[in-house]
Amino acid sequence: MREICASFDEIAGLRERNAIALKVAKDRGRKVVGTYCLFSPVELIVAAGAIPVSLCGTSATPIPAAEKVLPRSLCPLIKSSYGFALTDTCPFFHFSDLLLAETTCDGKKKMYELLGRMKPLHLMQLPQVQDEAALEYWVLELKRLIRRLEQAFDVKITPEKLAAAVLLLNEERRSLKALQDLLKRKPAPISGMDLLTVLHNRGFTVDKREAIGLIDRLTAELTGLSDNGFSPFTTRTPRILLTGVPVGIGSEKVVRLVEELGGSVVCFESCGAYKKVDPVLPGNDLLRSIAEKYLRVPCSCMSPNTGRLQLLEKLVQEFQADGVIDLTWQGCHTYNVESFTVKRHLQETAQVPFLQIETDYSESDTEQLKVRIEAFLEVIGTRRGGRP
Amino acid sequence: MVAAGIDIGSTGTKAVLFDGEIRASIVVPTGWDPKAAGLEAFRQALDCAGIAEGDVHSIVGTGYGRVSLPIFDRKVTEITCHARGAHFLYPETRSVIDIGGQDSKVISVDEHGRVAEFAMNDKCAAGTGRFLQVMAGVLDVSLEQLGQLAVGATPAQISSMCAVFAESEVIGLLARGADKGSIAAGIFHSIAGRIQGLAGKVTLSHRVTFSGGVALNRELCSAIGASLGVDMWVPHAPQMVGALGAAIMGFEA
Ligand code: SF4
Ligand code: SF4
Repeated sequence: MREICASFDEIAGLRERNAIALKVAKDRGRKVVGTYCLFSPVELIVAAGAIPVSLCGTSATPIPAAEKVLPRSLCPLIKSSYGFALTDTCPFFHFSDLLLAETTCDGKKKMYELLGRMKPLHLMQLPQVQDEAALEYWVLELKRLIRRLEQAFDVKITPEKLAAAVLLLNEERRSLKALQDLLKRKPAPISGMDLLTVLHNRGFTVDKREAIGLIDRLTAELTGLSDNGFSPFTTRTPRILLTGVPVGIGSEKVVRLVEELGGSVVCFESCGAYKKVDPVLPGNDLLRSIAEKYLRVPCSCMSPNTGRLQLLEKLVQEFQADGVIDLTWQGCHTYNVESFTVKRHLQETAQVPFLQIETDYSESDTEQLKVRIEAFLEVIGTRRGGRP
Repeated sequence: MVAAGIDIGSTGTKAVLFDGEIRASIVVPTGWDPKAAGLEAFRQALDCAGIAEGDVHSIVGTGYGRVSLPIFDRKVTEITCHARGAHFLYPETRSVIDIGGQDSKVISVDEHGRVAEFAMNDKCAAGTGRFLQVMAGVLDVSLEQLGQLAVGATPAQISSMCAVFAESEVIGLLARGADKGSIAAGIFHSIAGRIQGLAGKVTLSHRVTFSGGVALNRELCSAIGASLGVDMWVPHAPQMVGALGAAIMGFEA
């Protein structure tokens, strides 16, 4: 892939290039807001003229530092996020003028209290149901964020700026969806590892328009390659849908193993991937439309979280998945408990083989995971009438 | 036509020759060299059956060491192999519990011996042969003696699932003068509890086969059977089931 696809190379270098671009932008007076979660209403940041960056929590490197403060049994994503801040090793954290956080799971919520001592942090109180009353409340939280951004950066968020931001971010979602939808083709034109790399690095872009152009170019190149029959896989390769906790470069162990062992990850129903492409729908009240979009994120911190079940059902069909792997991090109660519900739902509706994997960012269980994943691929193979 | 199945596990390496029936079945210790152990078990099996290597038309490898041998025509995970082997021995079986040296699995099997779903222990060693070994070490007895000790004893309460914590718990019990028999029974009880937890993650039928070397331990078999509320089939050589399954798959291919 890397050799034959020019845009891929460009995207692979984004993180480094953008750290510099970010510094330049800051020197010119731009403000930067760091976000941690899919619930962050990025439109408001863009409308405030600031640069939104996603902060990384997918690397194992800063975890030992974080464990000096946080319990070891906590989810690795939270420890990694906190560790980056503590060790000041993430340029994107370093350049952030403000951190934006939401009360999602308990671990994150309490970690943000500690993080708030290091940098200005705005915490949005996120409701945990997705009904009318919650929406009213969430609209108020968006208004509170608008006031904070306006005060902190001495700007005015006008309806026009907000409308423009919605257009831009919907355009970004459109391009990200088109890229991921390419993997509906059989065989997929790009590996899950490569897709993950693109999605991960894209999160560090400073100029959204430039990034959209780059993704669109990549999609076009891949479409051409696929039309000419190019793919790293065959039509027999087991197609895996990955759901569960957020995953990125540094925490890609399971994706890598699936593909090393002969499968192909064709869809990531996770925060950085398919959950992200849901657009803001047009409505009379723009702020309400934005609030609706973010409140319907089907995250396991919502109770109940039926949206995830429906999304999964749909994605299994659309991507012709042969199996679903539910990736959960050790210490993540919401996703770990929800796995039972997901499994039962998929057994009843999609009748697709299901495997839960609970792990962390370390390599210590690689051999065990290999047995599990390989056996899962064997189950898929025999279901297709292969040799038992 | 003869096929060989070679299961290179963390403690023992097993080889089975199969031509519709079991022609040979050999166990050797894996030791530090899984590759040599695999070749040795294969050679002994050939000798035992009086078959020339050239007459073996397919060799299937399984177990942790399956990556290490170049002679394999095909490699299959131990999960699929145990299901297949158990189905051959007991065609009625719909669940397999396999406790090996490093990990334990509960597999649910369809009427053709194919895996429907499975659950496997996570990182932790609780409920594995390793756990049993560590505990026998603390009591300073062999695995067989551990079984004998437990006969008829009231299980002592061992609440920790983690091998490291359970070790200090057992040391504490010994210090307080608890007798080894009840501690041994307590250890089996704790493993049974762990297996029960795993079994809850798949559809467990009442037609269960217990495979893997740990199943040689009769006391443990009854502890697990009692906690699951099922009678289990225990093959007379439970550690051979994976290699048998591998050989059958080679034979049928
Ligand atoms: S999983 Fe939930 S809490 Fe975590 S980043 Fe996604 S939306 Fe936020
Ligand atoms: S993975 Fe789970 S515990 Fe970790 S941050 Fe996300 S929701 Fe919270």
